[in-house]
Amino acid sequence: MSETYSDDLMRDVLKRTKTIACIGVSTNPVRPSHYVARYLGLRGYRVIPVNPAYAGQELLGETVRGDLSDLKDEPIDMVDIFRRSEAVPPIVEDSLALFLPQLQTIWMQIGVRHAQAAAQAEAAGVTVIQNRCPKIEYQRLFGELRKGGFNTGIISSRL
Amino acid sequence: MTDEPNYGFDTLQVHAGARPDPATGARQTPIYQSTSYVFRDADHAAALFNLQEVGYIYSRLTNPTVAVLQERIATLEGGAGAVCCSSGHAAQIMSLFPLMGPGCNVVVSTRLYGGSITQFSQTIKRFGWSAKFVDLDDTDAVAAAIDENTRAVFCESVSNPGGYVTDIPAIAAIADKAGLPLIVDNTSATPYLCRPIEMGATLVVHSTTKYLTGSGTVTGGCVVDSGKFDWSKSDKFPSLSQPEPAYHGLKFHETFGALAFTFHGIAIGLRDLGMTMNPQGAHYTLLGIETLSLRMDRHVENAKKVAAWLEKDDRVETVTYAGLDSSPYAERASKLYPKGAGALFTFAVKGGYDACIKLVDSLEIFSHVANLGDTRSLIIHPASTTHRQLTPEQQEAAGAAPDTVRLSIGIETVEDLIADLDQALNKATAA
Repeated sequence: MSETYSDDLMRDVLKRTKTIACIGVSTNPVRPSHYVARYLGLRGYRVIPVNPAYAGQELLGETVRGDLSDLKDEPIDMVDIFRRSEAVPPIVEDSLALFLPQLQTIWMQIGVRHAQAAAQAEAAGVTVIQNRCPKIEYQRLFGELRKGGFNTGIISSRL
Repeated sequence: MTDEPNYGFDTLQVHAGARPDPATGARQTPIYQSTSYVFRDADHAAALFNLQEVGYIYSRLTNPTVAVLQERIATLEGGAGAVCCSSGHAAQIMSLFPLMGPGCNVVVSTRLYGGSITQFSQTIKRFGWSAKFVDLDDTDAVAAAIDENTRAVFCESVSNPGGYVTDIPAIAAIADKAGLPLIVDNTSATPYLCRPIEMGATLVVHSTTKYLTGSGTVTGGCVVDSGKFDWSKSDKFPSLSQPEPAYHGLKFHETFGALAFTFHGIAIGLRDLGMTMNPQGAHYTLLGIETLSLRMDRHVENAKKVAAWLEKDDRVETVTYAGLDSSPYAERASKLYPKGAGALFTFAVKGGYDACIKLVDSLEIFSHVANLGDTRSLIIHPASTTHRQLTPEQQEAAGAAPDTVRLSIGIETVEDLIADLDQALNKATAA
């Protein structure tokens, strides 16, 4: 299973996405899940947190939902998974059942990967990105990491 | 990281990090001579201070000109990120600072630049740190020196004052087995001759003062992180794996993954140690790096010719250059450093200490200075200068015995360099 994604693909995903269901977001502001969800919100995405432990609480301007099925009327076009890899298959199944046809992307965070579930989503026409962080990729691809001296891998003579 | 094109070294040394200036379109990287940067609003300021967003706050931490240099060196070394600082010595402290604490030690090669030996054997004791010096050719001794309080192994790729090249893959394997990062000072080799991260190093440090800048104009340093070390695997690196009180309990490694060490270097290291590189300095170094590969090829070519000439000369006792076939490290050098073993080496003059002094004072093209990696050829007598603080035993181990002079071969016409050495050797060895 290749986990190599072109910059063009990730740039396209991050540009076309509007509404993200973030599965497993913590209310603790220094947890990575909270950090990433908040960042994506700051960048203009609508981020809807999903976590049964905090269902009903207000977080990042949205009500935390207890289950994906609570989002069936929302225009979810990306599902971002902050769960252990074993927990991925039912999330993918539910997402495909609930959010197609507007669902375009299933994104699994760093350390999260599930080949079978990924294949199932891809077969349904959904882009799958595994073992990556959308915050880091956004910062890398849209110029922010340049400010910190990180190796962005981007060479360009254009403005 | 991605399947983008693999650019060649010569392309990267010119372009990496340096897109046209977004504000003006300026093609050469501008010198952003500003201490501080306006926040868009209070939320923007808060996001920057919380490390939520990467951006410019204050030039002690980040600066647009310095950031281009950091990305360039990180790219050339094949690392995830880099932090530049005020000197090579600053880079060494910056590399150890997130790893060490009172009572911790670092296992260090005996063959280091004399200033590094002094920094490690004396000055770091003030922090409650210590160093254990080991001959890196004795791999059993390296493994044996590592104890429960060891936090890193440190060596040079091509050693200063020269003649030695480290078997980085062998030392990296020992460090890896012990769950420790290997730090390689790649100043004398540069990423053109040696890529320590590809050989298993976790961190690479530089004195950018030397070949990277190239013309002996500014001092600077750099710490490159490979992004590959698992700081959370053991409890040895709490600065990176445990909650950081100064950032509301944020865990750097958990939050920033492969970028953790670099974030820590900016947010804690530069913020609180303040060993910042200035943008004017970064500008000179950026200009220098653009021609790094061209210069290094010439440095190496000249060094080989001068070393071969000296080796055949009756007035010379020995030449220690790993690029010579006679060197005990010739095989290692050709395998691990195929583009050359650097341009730094020592030779011993018949007539000992006094002849060395006379030789240094008789040269017309070689400059007698405490620097290396300049376009100009340089000479120094380490025992009376750079390695003066060391004991005779330390001098011997570091390759800086009293009858030894160090050459840093420049990019001049090699025949002129040889002629200069010839006339000076005549004077030095005249009865």
